[in-house]
Amino acid sequence: MSAVPVNQPALSTPESGVWITLVRDTKLAIRSKGELAQALAFFIIVVSLFPLAIGPEAAILKRIAAGVVWVCALLAVMLTLPRLFQSDYLDGTLEQLALSPYPLPLLCAGKMLAHWLSTGVPLALVAPVLGLQFGLEASELLVMVAGLLLGTPVLTMLGAIGAALVLGVRGGSILMALLVLPLYTPVLIFGAGAVEASIAGIDAMANLSLLAAMLLFGLVTTPFAAATAVKISLD
Amino acid sequence: MNWADFLSMDGRGFYVWGSFGAFLAAIVIEIVLVRLRIHRAQQAVRNSLGQAGSSATEKVPR
Amino acid sequence: MSLFKYSAPSSFYPLAGKLVPWFGVLAFLLAVGGLYLGLFVAPEDYQQGEVYRIIFIHVPSAWMGMFIYLVMAMYAVLALVYQTRLSAMMMEALAPTGMMFTALALWTGALWGKPTWGTYWAFDARMTSTLILLFLYVGYLALMNAIEDKKRADKAGALLVLVGSINVPIIYFSVKWWNTLHQGASVSLTQGNKMAATMLAGMLVMALACWMYSLAVSLCRVRAIILEREPHAAWVKHIREVQA
Repeated sequence: MSAVPVNQPALSTPESGVWITLVRDTKLAIRSKGELAQALAFFIIVVSLFPLAIGPEAAILKRIAAGVVWVCALLAVMLTLPRLFQSDYLDGTLEQLALSPYPLPLLCAGKMLAHWLSTGVPLALVAPVLGLQFGLEASELLVMVAGLLLGTPVLTMLGAIGAALVLGVRGGSILMALLVLPLYTPVLIFGAGAVEASIAGIDAMANLSLLAAMLLFGLVTTPFAAATAVKISLD
Repeated sequence: MNWADFLSMDGRGFYVWGSFGAFLAAIVIEIVLVRLRIHRAQQAVRNSLGQAGSSATEKVPR
Repeated sequence: MSLFKYSAPSSFYPLAGKLVPWFGVLAFLLAVGGLYLGLFVAPEDYQQGEVYRIIFIHVPSAWMGMFIYLVMAMYAVLALVYQTRLSAMMMEALAPTGMMFTALALWTGALWGKPTWGTYWAFDARMTSTLILLFLYVGYLALMNAIEDKKRADKAGALLVLVGSINVPIIYFSVKWWNTLHQGASVSLTQGNKMAATMLAGMLVMALACWMYSLAVSLCRVRAIILEREPHAAWVKHIREVQA
């Protein structure tokens, strides 16, 4: 993993902290196409299992579509969270990043952004196809994509805190699920609520605005929390 | 007041005493566990002091 | 003499030892009084009958579950900002009691719900957020258990509780929001009738009893944690309990 050097030709502005990890992690993600595809395949397969378990009745499928897609998105994002810090922690890159002159919160923000680009965005782009399987209309699909684009970054940001806390801990992935899933409930409620509102013919803007508010709040706070968590785990 | 009536709680005794019973059981279990824990911790310290040499403990001013 | 003296485990250990019996006795007396008020003095509720008496343990449990998480969040700030070891130990000592009260709130709530509303469980806003609070406790305890290095576990747990406590109001709001969206599943928990004064008194006395109990148990537990963490500290040799 250390094939991509940490020290890019550096700009000395603070934004370059974001830029460094963003570029580096995105390159790594693109190189390991397998991992990217795995999360996506997981998402598609699990969503497709629900009609098999529940039955093909169109009315029921439409009723559960939003919830199923959102829960599966939640799980898919959660399963990719180790990618954020794990390999960098194991090969010592994370320690170098923490010691580098760039502010750690910005480096964490860059990592979060890269993670979102490689998981949240693809999930949001695939979701309409899955929504079609469940009989959602175009306007409802649009709300679903908008909700996923606003909500998945929050999942990444909260997840980054959990991922950083369990670095190097035995049984880390199940533990991370215990830490992170309760914190995910508001995103799930507003995200699935947006789709259900539009199915019911109510304006989905209220739900989407709440997701956007959480996104903004998370943008300001979670990089600091994640940086603190990284420091705790490196000590 | 009649004890049989009191225990039956309008015939809903199962719910009422199921709640109070679980509450009491949880508290009793917690107290036992905490007492066990502190006694174990003190015992462990005592043992390690005994190994370190009994003379050291005797000289401690009270 | 300042209060900060007691932030050192060496002086807090004996202080806690002196306080535990007092809080314990107080908890016992208050519980006896509260149960007497709740089970014998308070009149039967004319709508729910005798079964409403579950609230004398249900409501205090729910309050303590939330209150203890709040206290843990305050200790989390102290642990992260001032790096005091004792604050982290207090968090570790409080968590099991907080989890127990949260679980009891759910259990007694279910047993109250069945005869009163005809169902053990409904995804009502309050019940659901209490369930999520229980998950937050479970997560904290699991994290503390999994990390072997105690210094790291202390800080990690503190950060987790801090993040969780910021989330608790958001979770509560979101669950309420979700509940109004799905009217079908909800049951109305708002009391239609005015509560009799003795009912309220019984509930408050029981809440106080639970508070004193939590203090006694967690202070006793924090003493055990102090000894477990630093069994070889010099001051430990001088305490009364390890001699004899």
